[in-house]
Amino acid sequence: MSYTLEGSTGTWEIVCGLEVHAQVISKSKLFSGASAEYGAEPNTQVSFVDAAMPGMLPVINRECVAQAVRTGLGLDAKINLWSRFDRKNYFYADLPQGYQISQFAHPIVGEGIVDVTLSDGSTKSIGVTRLHLEQDAGKSLHDQDPQRSFIDLNRSGVALMEIVSEPDIRSPEEAGAYLTKLRQILRYLGTCDGNMDEGSMRADVNVSVRKHGEAFRTRCEVKNVNSIRFVMLAVEAEAKRQIGVWEDGGEVVQETRLFDPTKNETRSMRSKEDAHDYRYFPDPDLLPLVLDADWVQSLKAHLPELPDAKTARFVSDYGLSAYDARILVMEQATADFFEAVAKGRDPKLAANWMMGDFFAALNRTGTTIETTPVSAAFLGELIDLITDKTINGRIAKEVFEAMVETGQAPAAIVAEKGLRQVTDTGAIDAAVDAVLAANTDKIAAYKAGQEKLFGFFVGQVMKAMAGKGNPALVNEALKQKLA
Amino acid sequence: MFELSLAQARDALRARKISARELTAAYVGAIEALNPEINAYITPTPELALQAADAADEALARGHAGPLTGIPLAIKDLFCTKGVRTTAGSKILSPFIPPYESTVTANLLRDGAVFLGKANLDEFAMGSSNLTSAYGPVTNPWTRHGDNRPLVPGGSSGGSAAAVAARMALGATATDTGGSIRQPAAFCGIVGIKPTYGRCSRWGVVAFASSLDQAGPVARTVEDAAILLGSMAGFDAKDSTSADIAVPDFAAACKRGVRGLRIGVPREYRMDGMAPEIEALWQQGLAWLRDAGATIVDVSLPHTKYGLATYYIVAPAEASSNLARYDGVRYGARSDGHDLTALYENTRADGFGAEVKRRIMIGTYVLSAGYYDAYYLKAQKVRALILKDFTDVFRDVDALVTPATPTAAFGQGDRMDDPITMYLNDVFTVPVNMAGLPGLALPAGLDATGLPLGLQVIGKPFDEETVFAVGAALERAAGFTALPTLRAGAAA
Repeated sequence: MSYTLEGSTGTWEIVCGLEVHAQVISKSKLFSGASAEYGAEPNTQVSFVDAAMPGMLPVINRECVAQAVRTGLGLDAKINLWSRFDRKNYFYADLPQGYQISQFAHPIVGEGIVDVTLSDGSTKSIGVTRLHLEQDAGKSLHDQDPQRSFIDLNRSGVALMEIVSEPDIRSPEEAGAYLTKLRQILRYLGTCDGNMDEGSMRADVNVSVRKHGEAFRTRCEVKNVNSIRFVMLAVEAEAKRQIGVWEDGGEVVQETRLFDPTKNETRSMRSKEDAHDYRYFPDPDLLPLVLDADWVQSLKAHLPELPDAKTARFVSDYGLSAYDARILVMEQATADFFEAVAKGRDPKLAANWMMGDFFAALNRTGTTIETTPVSAAFLGELIDLITDKTINGRIAKEVFEAMVETGQAPAAIVAEKGLRQVTDTGAIDAAVDAVLAANTDKIAAYKAGQEKLFGFFVGQVMKAMAGKGNPALVNEALKQKLA
Repeated sequence: MFELSLAQARDALRARKISARELTAAYVGAIEALNPEINAYITPTPELALQAADAADEALARGHAGPLTGIPLAIKDLFCTKGVRTTAGSKILSPFIPPYESTVTANLLRDGAVFLGKANLDEFAMGSSNLTSAYGPVTNPWTRHGDNRPLVPGGSSGGSAAAVAARMALGATATDTGGSIRQPAAFCGIVGIKPTYGRCSRWGVVAFASSLDQAGPVARTVEDAAILLGSMAGFDAKDSTSADIAVPDFAAACKRGVRGLRIGVPREYRMDGMAPEIEALWQQGLAWLRDAGATIVDVSLPHTKYGLATYYIVAPAEASSNLARYDGVRYGARSDGHDLTALYENTRADGFGAEVKRRIMIGTYVLSAGYYDAYYLKAQKVRALILKDFTDVFRDVDALVTPATPTAAFGQGDRMDDPITMYLNDVFTVPVNMAGLPGLALPAGLDATGLPLGLQVIGKPFDEETVFAVGAALERAAGFTALPTLRAGAAA
């Protein structure tokens, strides 16, 4: 069932498109040799070009172009072999040139597609209109001094990809799913780290509402939303605001708005009348960007396996459910970890361990797949110990907790703690006999038909054997002696 | 000392007939004597020049002479020079000392040149008279017979041209966006060449109109200009529009002669109201070339009449964007304000002169939403047609010869009331910039009042060699030996 909002005049549909600014992973900036690394001391990564000193000229960074092409290929998009940089002119203190070099009329990447899976298991294709390369601005710091604003130009000139979606999004969930999927693809490609809290991925949210079957109504743009959750909240809050305006007999005016997450509302930033006239024109300092088709092909040939393909492979090669496969593929590191654990082993057992105890341990200890002491090799070894019956499933959980705590290899923990499974039938028989001798009343009850008591006997035997008894052999011995 | 051309001075230095110190000291003295009157330099750097001359003498003594070792030059104050104030003729850059050296001046330093100082210019190279400089006008070293009223040296490279004409430098760097090398060269009776767009790096040159700006030399002779251009030119990875093409031996090309060349004469350059003396000089120039073995061919450049109008859309559009960086935030002059907008407005209102403001406003207008298609886009289309005109005629001819300017130098203040009349100065030079071609101006005669008149040679893209060959042939035939009234070494 499609998502709608109820107003006093009936049912409303949301129409939403996203403009995502994704910072390109590259050593240096889009048009200068200065470092593009995040988090350095203010104004330590600023070349003469970035500071727009007189006579300085931009020179395109080949790696940033390659990253944009890779991203376009990852979005199944058209790569434009001829594109051009334009100047977007406006004055601001953190924009040293007085213009941003961007691609207005001729972007490097054309139409593409992002397929998302929604919580009800359905899928939807969201169109990508275009992707273009542009420079980031510096940062204005207004909280350092009561009188003055400070400017940090480290970010000035860093390469951004602006990825514009079609207005295909119809619900907050779809907006979240699109952003999540886009971020996942960028991370797989290694073209953007997707860290929204560091601002290396930001979204402008375009929202309008309409009655079923109507043409698009006026939209508003909610600028610079910096988390997926906030994007979802902003879509809903802005849609509800617009419904209110329409239903009160008003008219939504096209404007730029800001989302306030503490109040869960959007508020006006500037109206269309105040909108900048950016006076775009081709940047005469740069030649058109002409790509060699063979070069694009070689980038395509070296693309990593992307999430959808990997999910499909996990289903077909490992026999996982689509749901499990999607979870394991969510992050490249998780998928790699899984494949290392599953290699030569029962993939379902590997998946169950990862999605059960392993993810729980990560959550509980606040670690990640990169920082946890449990390596894929150790988790695989643990599964081997279960499979070859060195330990039973219950002991395995104990061993795993010790691995999380100590980072030791599972075999070492088993040896050190003497957790090896007891398969000696003599020892099992002795334990069974002792338990039965101490519970003659329960034997009678069992034999009278209380079959549930079998589990009690198993538990007592295992307890007597400190959990190390082979469950199958214990069952067998009990069945024999209770017969 | 002042009679030596750049080539002669170079040879004398290498032969140790003169020292670099002597040569530079003579020019430093000339600047001290003449600059108060001519104002060719905004910032003379005599101490630095003499130090560089001493270093040149050491290099000469060790036999390590470069192509320009010990040659004293003026540097147009549009080229950023490391540690030496660079103003672009504007108040807004009055405190600006670049921490870097432009590629063109770095090339000259590499070849041993000595810099005498920073030459005056129209503010941000916007002007044809040098009257828009925030550092005062430059006075043309030439005067009319029996008339001491000061004349303009042309612009924007008026300081460079006046310095060379008055023997306050052996040569100078200049830049040309619509005629800023060729027009002042013609007004001052010297040689100037704007090479093909992309021949000299624009890195470190304060930008006026990026798709048109090109650096080049002004000098006393065609050969001197060829020597200087040989040093200034070359591919630079720091300028994306720089051409990765080898620099040929321009000086050698001066000796080629013109026998067998086909010289085009564009009929559209014969303008109504052009001085009869200019027309006569043009015909004379063509006759000299015919005598030297060239064939003269009438050609047509039908879109010439749109050149100026197109230029005055494209150049201000680019300038309005290029000059946005002068905002008082990071460097240069700042006029404080109570908020950011006031800071911008005060800084730019105080820092820019009237002509610069005019062009920023024109440029902003033609790029505005709703006007872009009618002005900027249309201008780019016309520009393509202008280029096509040249491409078409260059299938048939090797070079074109035209007058450099429609008039000789005019009086300071003569044309200040009407910017359009002022803009007409560039009618013969602008199309060459629009097409990115090489163009050379050289003195070929005097008008009735004793002022120099120039001819222009236009060549194919990256064929400066033919331009130099034709220019040198005209120079030999013209035998132009007249000297300006104001000059170093003249009897007092």
